[in-house]
Order: sequence, then C-alpha cells, then structure tokens
Amino acid sequence: MTPKRATDAAGLRLSEIRDLLDCEVICGEHRLDLVVTECFAADLMSDVLAFSKPHVLLITGLSGIQSVHTADVAELAGILFVHHKHPSQQVLDLARERNLPVLSTPHHMFDACAALAAKGLRSGSKG
Amino acid sequence: MVTSEASGEVLYRESFRIAGNDYEHGGDVATRVKSILKELGIDSALVRRLSIANFEAEMNIVMYAEEATLDLIVARDEVRVTITDRGPGIPDIEQAMQEGYSTATAEMRARGFGAGMGLPNIRRNADRFEIESVPGTGTTLRYAVRLG
Repeated sequence: MTPKRATDAAGLRLSEIRDLLDCEVICGEHRLDLVVTECFAADLMSDVLAFSKPHVLLITGLSGIQSVHTADVAELAGILFVHHKHPSQQVLDLARERNLPVLSTPHHMFDACAALAAKGLRSGSKG
Repeated sequence: MVTSEASGEVLYRESFRIAGNDYEHGGDVATRVKSILKELGIDSALVRRLSIANFEAEMNIVMYAEEATLDLIVARDEVRVTITDRGPGIPDIEQAMQEGYSTATAEMRARGFGAGMGLPNIRRNADRFEIESVPGTGTTLRYAVRLG
C-alpha cells in the first residue's frame, strides 16, 4: 500500500486523528503522517472482510489477534480501537510485524465515528 | 467438475497445516500466504481477494474442524487453493452457503466471527469455487483466482 503524504488535500493524518480523539498510539509511530479518507467501523471481522474497501481505517472494539489479521489481509490503513481497548503483547507484535499503525481512543464507537465524519471522513464500505 | 490438477506451468507450491481450535494462531497461514504472493509479484488486488478467502477459510477450520491442510499452487494463469479438513463436515451445503446462516458459538462471535459470512466471502472473492463435504468426516474447499 502506498501511503498518502501529509500534503494530500482530503482526509486526516493519523496524527490529527490521534489529537482529535485523544488517542494513545499503540504502535506505528513512524506512520502517523499517513492520510486516511475513509473508515469502516465493525466488531464483526467477516463484515470487514466482506464489505470494506482497501486502505480505509478500521474502527473496532475487537482487540484480539484476528483484528490485526483482518486489517492485514484486507489491506487496511490501520486500526483504531475504541473505548480504551488495548491489545495484548501478541497482538501488538503482529501489528508491528505487519507494519500496521494502531491507535486506541477512550471514546465509544459512535462518538469516534461521529467526530471523524464531522471532519469529512467518509464510509469505507464497498456498497 | 474442476480437477485438482494444475493448468499452466506451476511457479510455486507449498502446503500448510491449520490446527483446529487454535485461535491464537488463527490467521497465521493466511498472512504467510499473503507474503508469499506479494513476493511472487502478484497484483495487489488479487492478493487481497485471495487473502480474504484464505483467512475466512482458515478461521472456519479453527472454529469448526480438527485440523486441515491448505495446499497453495501458483500457476502461470491462476492461483489455486485446496483446503481439506478433518472434522464434522457440513450436512447441508446449500444452507451453509447462505449469508447469515451460522452455527457459531458465543466464543466464536466474541472473536468477531461466526456471522455466517465465511463461505459466502470465500466464494465472493474467487473466480472458481467448489465445495464438497462428508458429514462426520470432513470438508474440501477448492477455489482459484485468475491471473492477468
């Protein structure tokens, strides 16, 4: 995946999302310049696999290892865990290995999605 | 009837074991295969389709079967995957292929799966798809994505 640079007009950089949603950066500090324009929010990973577009930001409360595998195989931009969800070391190690940026916000899913939508991010679903 | 014989020159072949009920490693094989396909220079969009199908298939094994073998064949004209498992089998394949039909446990759902999308997701991402099953013995999936 070719990351968009900070100069892109649309979307938000992960660093801006971090600040907007009071995030902790779990891993991928070197990728906070990545711009995302679309998001897909779900706790059901099969829904993500079926309906998400590539290169979107996954917003989820599922902090198990399958969330990282899902983001990896679906070529997603990164993961935003909601409601203070924090992955285990095993999950973190896999995310680092797959070069996936992972953030965690204290906000609940609806609030996080609403805030991102208010900033212009769009749905990352296929249809 | 799709045969399991390779068509076109075989560029790469490898087999992987998937253990049932091993949630900790569920997805490892799909991730490994994705890396192999990228190293072989296969188009990203095709890698994504195959990886999604492989991950869904792998999680089905983890959730429902005792063990399985995933055979990967990269030929010049297509990538072919065959997954043969030892497990309970599927009594009604047509029913299992319906989106939303699920026999998932609470544990499976807690891990984000078991919504009844697995087999439909595999078929959706493949150019060819075949499934056969013997209840009480196991299930074989064959699917392929065309290259070029």
